[in-house]
Amino acid sequence: MTHAPMEKLARATPRPVARRISGLSDRAIAWIFVAPSIFLLLAVNIFPLIWTVRLSFTDYRVNRPNRDVEWVGLRNYERILTDDGIWATMQATAHFLIWTLVLQVLIGFALAFLINRKFRGSDLWTTAIVLPMMLSPAVVGNFWTFLYQPQIGLFNYAIGFLTGADPASFSMIGDVALAPWAIIIADTWMWTPFVMLICLAGLRSIPESIYEAAECDRASKWRQFWTITIPMALPFLMLAVLFRGIENFKMFDLVVQLTGGGPGNTTTLTSIDLKREAFERWRTGYSSAYAVILFVTVFGLASIYVKALNKVKER
Amino acid sequence: MTAFLRDLARLRRGPWELVASALIACGVAMLMQPWVMALFTWSFLVTLAGTVMFIISSHFPD
Repeated sequence: MTHAPMEKLARATPRPVARRISGLSDRAIAWIFVAPSIFLLLAVNIFPLIWTVRLSFTDYRVNRPNRDVEWVGLRNYERILTDDGIWATMQATAHFLIWTLVLQVLIGFALAFLINRKFRGSDLWTTAIVLPMMLSPAVVGNFWTFLYQPQIGLFNYAIGFLTGADPASFSMIGDVALAPWAIIIADTWMWTPFVMLICLAGLRSIPESIYEAAECDRASKWRQFWTITIPMALPFLMLAVLFRGIENFKMFDLVVQLTGGGPGNTTTLTSIDLKREAFERWRTGYSSAYAVILFVTVFGLASIYVKALNKVKER
Repeated sequence: MTAFLRDLARLRRGPWELVASALIACGVAMLMQPWVMALFTWSFLVTLAGTVMFIISSHFPD
């Protein structure tokens, strides 16, 4: 009786198809089903990666396809790793990465902790907090440009109101010292809700009985927070840091829209610099080497992180 | 420490992954630090060595 639908399906299979697959083993049929996905993966991910590594050893320029391509060995890598400009770009990326992670994790966890306490309208608040994350980075970049306007910007007005400074006396986007903070604030505003959602999932997964047992043992709220909440939410926090860390290492759209990498090169992150090398200066071989360096860095970091995450989950 | 070195010599996964992770972390710190250019220059090689070591050591027995 339970095999009836399968038999019906088997009977519905067109006779030529049935004849063709009848001699195949289950393993072979499984391979037939999986093959398109594997082919797509190879064509879209693996082949371009191998091709990029190959190009990184050449002086290929994609805008001059008829020019002879010379094999330059490790010269592209040597030039990148002794370039002051790229070193400065790495430092700008590190500044952006560290501060966005710190702020997003602190604020995201605090928000999750507050939202987790059920109160009237908490669902509405959750929806309102999550809204920035649903917007396009281009839109966010555009309206933060308006918020940062020295003459009419709400951000400058708020800072002026709080500190007594003249709102027109400073420009978040135009000032060399403030521009890196302008992109950090915008990214934190946009992506803190994402960290909050992950932390909220972690907090909601902690069984209430553990807190009840701690109450019976007369553990203070502070002690419960450090010995129950933080250790049990830690895998989720680490996951959030992993996702945001990798995403922010590749950050492009929001920063391009907001500052375009300026003033000067103060907010030129690695992905922006890479795009300029590849599609403005058309140094394809050089930019391939640059991309390989970034790939190895992200891959290495992700490996450590996944290992740490598994360790925390095992505890 | 002795146990760590013994496991390292017996090609055990744990200590080798630890060494690889340390190399990767060192490489990334060298890549992004703002003080010494020579560290920046060698950072990629250190990160690459750590990453390759991590991939290989993840196939070692526990």
